[in-house]
Amino acid sequence: MAFENLTARLAETFRRLRGKGRLTEADVDAALREVRVALLEADVNFRVAKEFIARVRERAVGRDILESLTPAQQVIKVVYEELAALLGGAQAKLGQAGRGPTVIMLCGLQGSGKTTTAGKLALHLKKQGRRPLLVACDVYRPAAVQQLQVVGEAAGVPVFSRGTVEPVGIAWAAVEHARQHGHDLVLLDTAGRLHIDAELMEELRRMKEAVHPHEILLVVDAMTGQDAVAVAERFNADLGVDGVILTKFDGDARGGAALSLRAVTGKPIKFVGTGEKLEGLEPFHPDRAASRILGMGDVLTLIEKAEEAFDAKQAQKMQEKLQEARFDLEDFLAQMQQMRKMGPLNEVLRMLPGAAGRGLAGLQVDERQLKRVEAIIQSMTSDERRNPQIIDGSRRRRIAAGSGTQIQDVNRLLKQFEATRQLLRQFGFGEKKTRHGRRLPFFR
Amino acid sequence: MEGGGILAKLRQGLARTREGLRSRLGELIAGSRLLDQEFFDELEAILLQADVGVSTTDKILEQLKERLKAERISEPAAARAALKTIIRGLLPPGPSELARPAAGPAVIMVVGVNGTGKTTTVGKLAHLLREQGAKVILGAADTFRAAATEQLSVWAQRAGVEVISQRSGSDPAAVAFDAAKAAVARRADYLLIDTAGRLHTKENLMAELQKVSRVLGREIQGAPHEVLLVLDATTGQNALTQARIFGEAVGVTGIVLTKLDGTAKGGVVIGIADSQGVPVKYVGLGEGVDDLRSFEPDLFVAALFEEAEEEKEG
Repeated sequence: MAFENLTARLAETFRRLRGKGRLTEADVDAALREVRVALLEADVNFRVAKEFIARVRERAVGRDILESLTPAQQVIKVVYEELAALLGGAQAKLGQAGRGPTVIMLCGLQGSGKTTTAGKLALHLKKQGRRPLLVACDVYRPAAVQQLQVVGEAAGVPVFSRGTVEPVGIAWAAVEHARQHGHDLVLLDTAGRLHIDAELMEELRRMKEAVHPHEILLVVDAMTGQDAVAVAERFNADLGVDGVILTKFDGDARGGAALSLRAVTGKPIKFVGTGEKLEGLEPFHPDRAASRILGMGDVLTLIEKAEEAFDAKQAQKMQEKLQEARFDLEDFLAQMQQMRKMGPLNEVLRMLPGAAGRGLAGLQVDERQLKRVEAIIQSMTSDERRNPQIIDGSRRRRIAAGSGTQIQDVNRLLKQFEATRQLLRQFGFGEKKTRHGRRLPFFR
Repeated sequence: MEGGGILAKLRQGLARTREGLRSRLGELIAGSRLLDQEFFDELEAILLQADVGVSTTDKILEQLKERLKAERISEPAAARAALKTIIRGLLPPGPSELARPAAGPAVIMVVGVNGTGKTTTVGKLAHLLREQGAKVILGAADTFRAAATEQLSVWAQRAGVEVISQRSGSDPAAVAFDAAKAAVARRADYLLIDTAGRLHTKENLMAELQKVSRVLGREIQGAPHEVLLVLDATTGQNALTQARIFGEAVGVTGIVLTKLDGTAKGGVVIGIADSQGVPVKYVGLGEGVDDLRSFEPDLFVAALFEEAEEEKEG
């Protein structure tokens, strides 16, 4: 996930800073030099990094901080506050039409991920009860129209296309089409272009004139280097951008683009794209990102993910079962599937506070192992799932053969399950119903 | 390929914005009177903003200071030549050719993260090799991205070469297998394998890539003879990580730097050459079918410093 390396670098710097009882100006300067290098290596824009360091320094070398009881903590607090300020405040929402369909225009460089993002955004908004229409305005890249059609089909969202004719005309016709067919949202997927390509930028301006979009979103690759800012400034100057979507956020980019864009253009990051699945789009929360960078984890997003994947009724049933110690393999499977709905486990783990510091950063959870466990349980009869103790040698052989695993795998699973059950009993899950204020679907 | 053409193209690409490495270097040198701290601070800013990277920038500055001291240089105009020599020294000695086996098709696997321009590069490379009179076959092993095969087919048509493909969603290794068989049967000189974009952080996808590579090696001895990593020139320091991890997984033998016309930075070329030891073999300078050029370090440095040289002559 983005920011991870930056987090690790900063954590190291702060650890050294914390080791000192008293701080001198020189200590702060040394730490800030490291912060500066960390920011630059994270592709934070040079100007942004420079101003950032200057601001932090000005605040951090003040008398009340250096002479306070916990100077290191105070300096870290200043860095956090400045980072949060850099990223911007609360989450920014999309613009809306007062009447008629809301028109959203996506633009950006080649390869930033506009078409995929269009599909993801369409699905995201469809889930919120909208009736989106995707529009194929990329008439230049070979097969771009087909790509959007495939993406639209996967998202269950209709795609408006007119082949490879003049894109401004397509956009205009699409908005008319949406009006007549009851779509309340139009998503224009435009061709990738260089910000310095005057001709193609002019085409976007004409498209804007023709359809008056309520939201112009710039799609930016999270791995973009120093140029990210120049690109955003140019698109903003030529076209007027309302917000940014950062894509490929699940790579190990250090997120410098995210830190710089808002600071330089004043435009908020509204969404981040993660993964290749159409569900991989999340609203961006600047405050949470800031705490994630400083290694405080993103517990809020984790809880939201859990809630999203969480079936309240099923959880209630589970709670009752746990109380009566009737927890069986059927429930085990359900729990596991519910947890996996939250996304790949490594991503979930990364949101935990201190994950970077505790060596969890590079941890790879073997998703295949989980799939194997699923396969084993699914190869059992429902009797076996409910009463695992009846699984004898010959049943084990059958289950192993059925799930394409070894008998040892089956044995291991049964042993682990029994251990979990024991553990649940020991924790007295049954007695204290509301031990956890929030019932996360985890074994605790 | 004639040198003048690519120099003009590079010049054009690198000159497109005033923010570019080239024009800012020129301005710095023309605008400074003294080689003072201010000069070095500004030079550092220029290099960092061109994505050269912190460690390579430090190295360049250090070498420059040493050199200026040793040669008692005190004026900016003379520092230009020293800087040019230092940057040239970080790049490989000359252009690097594609590897070719003694017999049979040379297999080139094209890899990279999403959206760097792999399919486009395969199309342009096919065109380039075709122009040189080679028989080329393409393998559409990006079976994942929607319409990737269609996109490659359009390029194949433009270049006048054959493309081997299967249904979307099929096993990329199976496509590679078919393509290798076809390349041998039809006595192709080159087999270019387009692969799906993948983030280097996804272990399972990197394993898939290794499988494609293994299958090619089983079918054709020594294959893949080249593994070209396609990097987007707008990428920042993550490019170094991409080069390292793809290198570890499938043994990258060369880099194709695309979209170099857009960023007017190109500094990442220097950073990669300095830290990776993998040569940049081609650069993408535009959207046209013949805008993929072999990378020539001499011409690249010449294009970077050319403005300043012209002034000297004039």
